[in-house]
Amino acid sequence: PAFSLFIFTIARDPLRIIILIAGAFFWLVSLLLSSLIWFIAVKASDPQDERLQKGLLIFGVMFSVLLQEAFRFLYYKLLRKAIEGLVALSEDGCSPISIQQMAYVAGVGFGLMSGAFSMINLLADALGPGTVGIHGDSQLYFLTSAFMTMVLIFLHTFWGILFFHGCEHRRWWEIAAVVIMHLTVSGLSFCNPLYVGSLVPSYLLMAAAAAWAYLLSGGSAQNLRRFLLCKC
Amino acid sequence: MTELSAHLPQFQHGQLTENFPDTHLSNTNDNSERRRHDNSERRRNDNAESETNGQPQNNLRQVVEQDEEEDEELTLKYGAKHVIMLFVPVTLCMVVVVATIKSVSFYTRKDGQLIYTPFTEETETVGQRALNSILNAAIMISVIIVMTILLVVLYKYRCYKVIHGWLIISSLLLLFFFSFIYLGEVFKTYNVAMDYITVALMIWNFGVVGMICIHWKGPLRLQQAYLIMISALMALVFIKYLPEWTAWLILAVISVYDLVAVLCPKGPLRMLVETAQERNETLFPALIYSSTMIWLVNMAEEDPEAQRKSKNSTYDKQAPARRTQNEDAEADDGGFSQEWQQQRDNRIGPIESTPESRAAVQALPSNSQTSEDPEERGVKLGLGDFIFYSVLVGKASATASGDWNTTLACFVAILIGLCLTLLLLAIFKKALPALPISITFGLVFYFATDNLVQPFMDQLAFHQFYI
Repeated sequence: PAFSLFIFTIARDPLRIIILIAGAFFWLVSLLLSSLIWFIAVKASDPQDERLQKGLLIFGVMFSVLLQEAFRFLYYKLLRKAIEGLVALSEDGCSPISIQQMAYVAGVGFGLMSGAFSMINLLADALGPGTVGIHGDSQLYFLTSAFMTMVLIFLHTFWGILFFHGCEHRRWWEIAAVVIMHLTVSGLSFCNPLYVGSLVPSYLLMAAAAAWAYLLSGGSAQNLRRFLLCKC
Repeated sequence: MTELSAHLPQFQHGQLTENFPDTHLSNTNDNSERRRHDNSERRRNDNAESETNGQPQNNLRQVVEQDEEEDEELTLKYGAKHVIMLFVPVTLCMVVVVATIKSVSFYTRKDGQLIYTPFTEETETVGQRALNSILNAAIMISVIIVMTILLVVLYKYRCYKVIHGWLIISSLLLLFFFSFIYLGEVFKTYNVAMDYITVALMIWNFGVVGMICIHWKGPLRLQQAYLIMISALMALVFIKYLPEWTAWLILAVISVYDLVAVLCPKGPLRMLVETAQERNETLFPALIYSSTMIWLVNMAEEDPEAQRKSKNSTYDKQAPARRTQNEDAEADDGGFSQEWQQQRDNRIGPIESTPESRAAVQALPSNSQTSEDPEERGVKLGLGDFIFYSVLVGKASATASGDWNTTLACFVAILIGLCLTLLLLAIFKKALPALPISITFGLVFYFATDNLVQPFMDQLAFHQFYI
């Protein structure tokens, strides 16, 4: 689904593609830094202690979430500057791309990159021979990974919109809400392999974020109804 | 490569003067951008001032204030489109290389090394290995430098026949021999039975069409496709025959060399560009990937165009220096294209390798007097850049422990580097080396992802945590 989002909405406009790739790049850099921190922490600690390692991993995840949000903020700043430049240079005084579109594209960029990183090795392994969950792990590993990744991609998209909107209107609580939501989703994933605990709330959160973003982008229940009934 | 920029103004200048009467008449219809561009370009040259006739100068003064902003706006607007026009072929080339590496095991087997890298890396100690790879890289780089200088000398002394012959031989080798090997390996991998006659027919057709397309005329898409295929083949050969550490070292040193060769006043590439500009010629257009074809049809002066076309007949992969030439200058008909020329060619095999020079990317919006849509201006990127980007990504996918993660990270890094280079190009409007930024990003991301991110992601995937 994320890929189709890309094709239908982003691939037309070259500027959006650039913003997308830059967004992916920012996410990548945040991942790099967070893994650097984790790596240092692991090296500095005892590799034999299971619980400690797991605890460190959890710490790494949380730190990474915070870093991701920080980079989203940095990216927002960069895009603001770019928009000012574009507005100043455009012929008719308004920018060829609005901040909401940028928010959407940035969110998709983040999401695509995080999804790709989560899934792609799995996919490559899935092509090869093997049995899922042969050592007593869950048999639904691939399925749940796929769903989780998809929900994360969508979430990143919506968070992008919400985050940028919050920054635009200086509503700090919106930004804080995004951060907390991200932390929650990641935290929920700790419940794996108890999939009920992680997938269902994640989807609920995603639905909530989707509705919120939709409302923020100017949609309304009326629009939705008209769209569904295929009226103009 | 920077030389190009110096020449460009002259070219533009020539073009401007000729175009001006027309522009003057069709002011209202013209793209204001074009005029702005003309004017801004002219403003950039002191020469322009001296050469403009009365009319242009009036216009110049009139629009002089708007020029700066409009010009920037122009470049930014077309910047995005041009960036995408370059993203696509670079992406395609990388995809082809990665797909081949992943599926055909021939290219990851160590079957020996080139004569240019005589020291082996299978040594006992780490120090010895490091020393060997440094020596290998040094030898390779010196070969490249020698070839570049040789090409510059040949060009300076107008030994065009020699250069053309060189190019033709190298492209022959590439199109026939290497693609034959490639096809053979692909068939082996997929266990497809094939007889020699069919293969001969296929290779013959492929090669001949390729030669025609690249050296002479052909549909644009086909030419682009051939260029991409050739770059991919070359990159695959590099990946196969260069040992590990040598490859990374070579990548790093090449980008430094590129930087030096293009930006230093005494650099060979720069000299090549300047010489070509002085002579009002395109420099071995065959070594460049061009995203649009500038066929100017309604200009009065055909000569420069005709000259250029004939020059374009040789595909110079090996030609060290490629300069981007402002096609504006060449074509009176007004198709400008921004050319980046990069030349990079190391030929492996019986024929001497020719160093490639890397030309900077030059982005100049083209002024088109004709009805040619300004959107159709092309960008040109040197083939050497394609090759080395693909080498980086291919090596990443072949030898990384993080596998696809690393490949993806390098891919994004290279694209971002390309974006930045184009941005710098739009700002500086000089020939710039396209390699250093991208390769640096790519290398940093490769090593970082491989060593840092990979264990992290592994652990996360193992526990199925999500960040």
